[in-house]
Amino acid sequence: MATVSPTPLLKDELDIVIPTIRNLDFLEMWRPFFQPYHLIIVQDGDPSKVIKVPEGFDYELYNRNDINRILGPKASCISFKDSACRCFGYMVSKKKYIYTIDDDCFVAKDPSGKDINALEQHIKNLLCPSTPFFFNTLYDPYRDGADFVRGYPFSLREGVPTAVSHGLWLNIPDYDAPTQLVKPLERNTRYVDAIMSIPKGTLFPMCGMNLAFNRELIGPAMYFGLMGDGQPIGRYDDMWAGWCTKVICDHLGLGVKTGLPYIWHSKASNPFVNLKKEYKGIYWQEELIPFFQSVTLPKDCTTVQKCYIEISKQVKAKLGKVDDYFNKLADAMVTWIEAWDELNPSGAKSAELPNGAAK
Amino acid sequence: MSIPVKDDEIDIVIGALHADLTSFMNAWRPIFTRFHLIIVKDPDLKEELRIPEGFNLDVYKKPDIDHVVGTSTSIIFSGYSCRYFGYLVSRKKYIVSVDDDCLPAKDNKGFLVDAVAQHITNLTTPATPFFFNTLYDPFTEGADFVRGYPFSLRSGVTCALSCGLWHNLADYDAPTQALKPEERNSRYVDAVLTVPAKTLMPISGINIAFNRDAVGPALLPCLRLAGEGKFRWETMEDIWSGMCVKVICDHLGLGVKTGLPYVWRNDRGDAIASLRKEWEGVKMMEEVVPFFQLVRLPQEATTAEDCVVEVANAVKEKLGPKDPMFARTAKAMLDWVKLWKSVGVSSYSPGA
Repeated sequence: MATVSPTPLLKDELDIVIPTIRNLDFLEMWRPFFQPYHLIIVQDGDPSKVIKVPEGFDYELYNRNDINRILGPKASCISFKDSACRCFGYMVSKKKYIYTIDDDCFVAKDPSGKDINALEQHIKNLLCPSTPFFFNTLYDPYRDGADFVRGYPFSLREGVPTAVSHGLWLNIPDYDAPTQLVKPLERNTRYVDAIMSIPKGTLFPMCGMNLAFNRELIGPAMYFGLMGDGQPIGRYDDMWAGWCTKVICDHLGLGVKTGLPYIWHSKASNPFVNLKKEYKGIYWQEELIPFFQSVTLPKDCTTVQKCYIEISKQVKAKLGKVDDYFNKLADAMVTWIEAWDELNPSGAKSAELPNGAAK
Repeated sequence: MSIPVKDDEIDIVIGALHADLTSFMNAWRPIFTRFHLIIVKDPDLKEELRIPEGFNLDVYKKPDIDHVVGTSTSIIFSGYSCRYFGYLVSRKKYIVSVDDDCLPAKDNKGFLVDAVAQHITNLTTPATPFFFNTLYDPFTEGADFVRGYPFSLRSGVTCALSCGLWHNLADYDAPTQALKPEERNSRYVDAVLTVPAKTLMPISGINIAFNRDAVGPALLPCLRLAGEGKFRWETMEDIWSGMCVKVICDHLGLGVKTGLPYVWRNDRGDAIASLRKEWEGVKMMEEVVPFFQLVRLPQEATTAEDCVVEVANAVKEKLGPKDPMFARTAKAMLDWVKLWKSVGVSSYSPGA
């Protein structure tokens, strides 16, 4: 086996954001991989409940009272009774990278039986360029044992910075409620040994269960929307963030990767409960997808925040007529950016990028 | 979900660049025997072909090619381009084509991969080019569309092209292989995925299959490098053809899949020796990619033939002035369409 330089730990540059409403027992299994890192725990639901964090982890924990105290009236943009509240963790973090994981996700094994260090793979993905402008048929060309194939233009072989690393799940797959109802016993047992850049101009369903991103490059786009209590929709938080994020990444010339690493998803949520939450989303997305596919951002949107505010304007103008929810969401998107900028005053952290460097 | 396909709807087309096909054919025998094969001998090959018994096949050689094609065309069927003659004379709906230096590969469980079966599965299940499915092929056993995938896009479109991969000697260009002479591809990526609409990629001719009815004329032997040779890294004909096919599929609303099946590609050639010739192809891509990214076909182009003509005209106009090679390519594309319209529909068999 060729010697590969070890992946840096980045323990002082990465925060792990975990939304939880029940308990954090799952952290015991992750201890060998997570212990060096700082955790940001966002406690959803009843703030008077005490969430026990296993010994030995360095963490900060925020419940609803904390969110209200820190954001004041702007707290209205953070969802309640939905894991969408996790994006509060992104906002208060001071680190360059974020890894977020659900509390029903455990360490998976690769085909050789070895435990998968998901965090290490995400870090590799984020530190290594993406190639969104031309598809490489051998997938990640920078990976050991692979390269760019014949015909891949040399001028595109440097790639672009990676903003997002989207991991996958073995066991319970991330299906919507109708699919869960039709195939309640289906389990994902296929280990696809690949990482690939999602091409520019292509949208995808971004799942928040096993996700990492460069907060400095794309953080403000990772708003997980208005879901849960008092909202007409649920289970579309990560989808919404993913569509906004991909449009902005495409505009700013940043990369989004998907594939490895796998985690083991253990809990199948109740499909009937899910159906109630998703039901509006299932037919709204028929409007949302054409909307995101046709969003164009003007050249002077050179920061993530500017891009995001521009999208919020277009949401209001074009989706407000689909449902009044989108007017509220557009307002919440603006509130989110205001809150983000308040908690993260500009300076080193807000990266201004030359726009449209895309070839 | 897949369309049932009979064996007699499939042709396996092999371009013979090597005279002795014995070990090649014997290695593929368990997989190929059910099907009709078209073997096209590289017109530059002087030796007689050696083909083992027991196959249902038709062999085409230089005299056959000359007879069918005549002299009025600018198309040259030599080297890797000889296989396109097979595509031209085939009358089947599906064509599977592999290079004659490739053997069946093994999957991650050690079983021999039936590349033909996998290609046919790819071609007879829908493609999903308008939205990326993070679990890859949603129609394969044990997978489906993920949460957030719009329902209106779940029926997909016809898959017109299936691009397979290679174990051992991957399809690298000469500079890459020269830089990493020991590198061999051993990774088995257990996935088939649809290449998104408007996304371009290098389509290698080493291991492909296509729906001839849907896109036949769009696979074309029209770009020849000045130093074109008998090793894949001395050609770009398939890469050019592949860019045309992808743009045309995108325009016609057809899908292109990539991934499984793998074939095992034998070690062959010297990358460093080929480097001199290959620079032309590498440089060429820098012009070619922006061209294909920007080319737009008119709504009135509703068949593959029409689309090829439109692309040819655009090549002549935009790339022709940059290099005479492109002007020749544009002409060859128009000649190819003429040939396809006259030969692609009438019936022909080789002389004794």
